[in-house]
Amino acid sequence: MDLIFEGVKKAFWLLVTFDPEVLSITLLSLRVSGTATLISLIIGISVGTALALAEFPGKKFLVSLINTGMGLPPVVVGLFVTIFLWRSGPLGFLGILYTPAAMILAQAVIATPIVTGITLAAIQALPKNLRLQILALGATRFQMVWILVKEAKLPLLAGVMAGFGGVISEVGASIMVGGNIKGYSRVLTTATVMETSRGNFDVAIALGIILLLMAYFINLILTQIQQRERPR
Amino acid sequence: MKNTWLIIILYLIIFSPTLGEARKSIILATTTSTQDSGLLDVLIPIFEKKTGYFVKTIAVGSGLALALGQKGEADVLLVHSPADEKKFVAEGYGINRRIVMHNDFIILGPAEDPAKLKGAKPAEALKKIASAGSLFLSRGDNSGTHFKEKALWKASGLNPEKEKWYQQTGLGMGQTLSVASEKKGYTLADRGTYLALKKTLHLVNLAEGDAILLNIYHVIEVNPAKWPKVNAAGAKAFADFIISKEAQEIIKGFGVNKFGSPLFFPDAGKKEKELGK
Repeated sequence: MDLIFEGVKKAFWLLVTFDPEVLSITLLSLRVSGTATLISLIIGISVGTALALAEFPGKKFLVSLINTGMGLPPVVVGLFVTIFLWRSGPLGFLGILYTPAAMILAQAVIATPIVTGITLAAIQALPKNLRLQILALGATRFQMVWILVKEAKLPLLAGVMAGFGGVISEVGASIMVGGNIKGYSRVLTTATVMETSRGNFDVAIALGIILLLMAYFINLILTQIQQRERPR
Repeated sequence: MKNTWLIIILYLIIFSPTLGEARKSIILATTTSTQDSGLLDVLIPIFEKKTGYFVKTIAVGSGLALALGQKGEADVLLVHSPADEKKFVAEGYGINRRIVMHNDFIILGPAEDPAKLKGAKPAEALKKIASAGSLFLSRGDNSGTHFKEKALWKASGLNPEKEKWYQQTGLGMGQTLSVASEKKGYTLADRGTYLALKKTLHLVNLAEGDAILLNIYHVIEVNPAKWPKVNAAGAKAFADFIISKEAQEIIKGFGVNKFGSPLFFPDAGKKEKELGK
């Protein structure tokens, strides 16, 4: 129990003193996971919408694959991304293994199926006639898609939160492709693992608390947007 | 909706990720003990300041570190698994294997010491653990410590792999020590990591001070003739630095203030056989 109290005290102390190392780790977490989420949104919303609107043989199979992908284990993603990025691997020429860019790549791979799956479900949940109605009112195909995405905004924001929540909290892929390098590719989760194995449990707890606080505030902002624009 | 775009744009401006790397970097594959003890956090910034290289430290077990070197995925290795290192160099994967420092392994266990190891020689101690059937925690991760532990079992003529009291954690040294402490089991650890974590553990040192328990760290440069993508100049600079007088002085003094005794003993220029005498 003492330990948890010590951890809370430490977290408070690290926060109020703006500890430069903790600050840079926190900012990197935000930067990496935020960028990865952004990439996954661009890919996921496009692919999810296209899939929801298209009809083709094998669609059910593809959807089942995406739904399975929503639970991709980060360590498995980390392993494959590492092998691809090795100097001897197919993407080795990029030379980005053990960099934040590699972490963004791995996290985008984790978040994309989540966003795709939620987009797919959100667009499919819209009333079927809506599409016909929009087209009947003279909208172009592109305008129709845009209106549908806007209609599905609330569940899509839930998709953003799920994707971001998935990557900001994962550790397996980040530690494998990022290497947990001090001042360079160390993020909140990998730092927590390292401090735990160093026996600095108070610092580890403090980092955990900072991670939770950050996730909370990001979700608070997103929830504000989501709930304010609630129709009806 | 306007707000959403505002947030996205602001985000892009503030956090626009820098993808390229300005400085030349070296990949150092090393054991968990050098990182968990905090030694590299002291040495690497000095090296980086001096040479302008950027060191990417990948702290894994010695087994994986050597495997990464063998594939040319690392530039320089700091490891402690002498038998495998010799093989690695003999097969042409590594060059310039040089001794850096040593400490020793110790056999740790709960203070109550159910198998009565206290004061026994290492091989004898393992036999006692086996005959008492007391819980023993192995790293089980092909690390230098794991290889040393296997060699010790072999020396005592036992094969514990299938025994119920023999459990493999598959974790790093720090975490394995925590597991042993919580489960009141015996384990083998390097003294450096043990001293660094001592305050959080309920384990005591039960067997030590035998030549077989010596833990020697070498630096090896990955052979650029085999892997042209290796940063040979950077690897050499790092290897030269870690055996330099300056780095060796730091190793000598590291941990004395915090733990009351040094965690590692510098050995640059010595022969392996001279150690432990």
